[in-house]
Amino acid sequence: MEHTGANISEKMRFQRLKSSPLATIKGIIAVQRADLSESGDTNTTSEKVTFTLSGALLGARRAIPLALSVSAVGFAFGVLAHQAKLDVVDAMLMSGLVYAGASQFVALSLWAAMPLPVVTIILTTFIVNLRHLLMGASLRPWFSRLPPWKAYISVFFMVDESWALTIGEFAAGGRDAAFLLGSGMILFIAWVSSTVIGQTIGAFINNPAQWGLDFAFTAVFTALLVGMWKGKSNILPWAVAAVVAVAAAHWLPGKWYIILGGTAGSLVGALSDAK
Amino acid sequence: MQNETLTLIAIMGMALVTYATRAGGFWLMSLVTPSPRVEAWLKQIPGAVLVAIIAPTVLASSLAETLAALATVLVAIRTKNVLIAMVVGVVTVWVLRRV
Repeated sequence: MEHTGANISEKMRFQRLKSSPLATIKGIIAVQRADLSESGDTNTTSEKVTFTLSGALLGARRAIPLALSVSAVGFAFGVLAHQAKLDVVDAMLMSGLVYAGASQFVALSLWAAMPLPVVTIILTTFIVNLRHLLMGASLRPWFSRLPPWKAYISVFFMVDESWALTIGEFAAGGRDAAFLLGSGMILFIAWVSSTVIGQTIGAFINNPAQWGLDFAFTAVFTALLVGMWKGKSNILPWAVAAVVAVAAAHWLPGKWYIILGGTAGSLVGALSDAK
Repeated sequence: MQNETLTLIAIMGMALVTYATRAGGFWLMSLVTPSPRVEAWLKQIPGAVLVAIIAPTVLASSLAETLAALATVLVAIRTKNVLIAMVVGVVTVWVLRRV
């Protein structure tokens, strides 16, 4: 299968040259998949893994283009945080301590209720972030050969983008695990600072519904979904999620439709995937 | 309880469970290997959750939301930019509610 790997890295180089961060990530993920399915963990365990400043700096440099798009989303998050009545300190705390975009948007959409549905918010955050389990697991072959504290600090900075870059770097032969820390920190700075700016500017927007801003959440999620689209295999699970959610929203109180629709859709997806 | 206290509890709770998912996969892999079926399920979750969140608004509120979502999809496909897609969606819904 060697020629397949070569083809993909050729394609990735091409994508790096011409196109957007999203396309680069897709290329990187494709390489990673090919790499994992071909070599598994065994090939990599014999090589030495380092954790150096220059590795972190390399990661930071690679993450700069992605930091721009992360800032755009962080700005949107800040504006919506203000709309959900989070003050600037709370918004900053959430971005700085949680640091997981999709789940933060989902949490904000639950924030309107009074009193605050704390348990629902935390449970939903956990469910949305379950994908981190897989991402963290995929780093094991490299990070298991470092002192545990370095690994457990590094994984805090593991977001979709820094993970994709790091896995791509490892797949291309890089063996400096500080790459994840460096790329994740640049994205962290971008995410937190753009949140603060967005929240501050959000203060100048008075009646959100009058400007259609109540639709902003839906629009952000819709756009994120477009980025997650992988092809026809998404149709069935997403349709099931939609139908269950619409029915649950109609018949049940509160936000149960999110957990019910999400669970039903993902289970159907997993079952039809396995066939 | 004061709402500010609840807010802080919610944010701390979110932070804790999120870190648990980040460290948990790395830690679990030292004990067990997830079955392909569990792996397939984990991969499906984020998309299904996002669909569930938007479906009642997009499909069961009014035509303005449905059309605005469609516009958002088209712009997101073309530009691959979440912020631009969001702005177009919001402007679309704003205009359509007016006509």
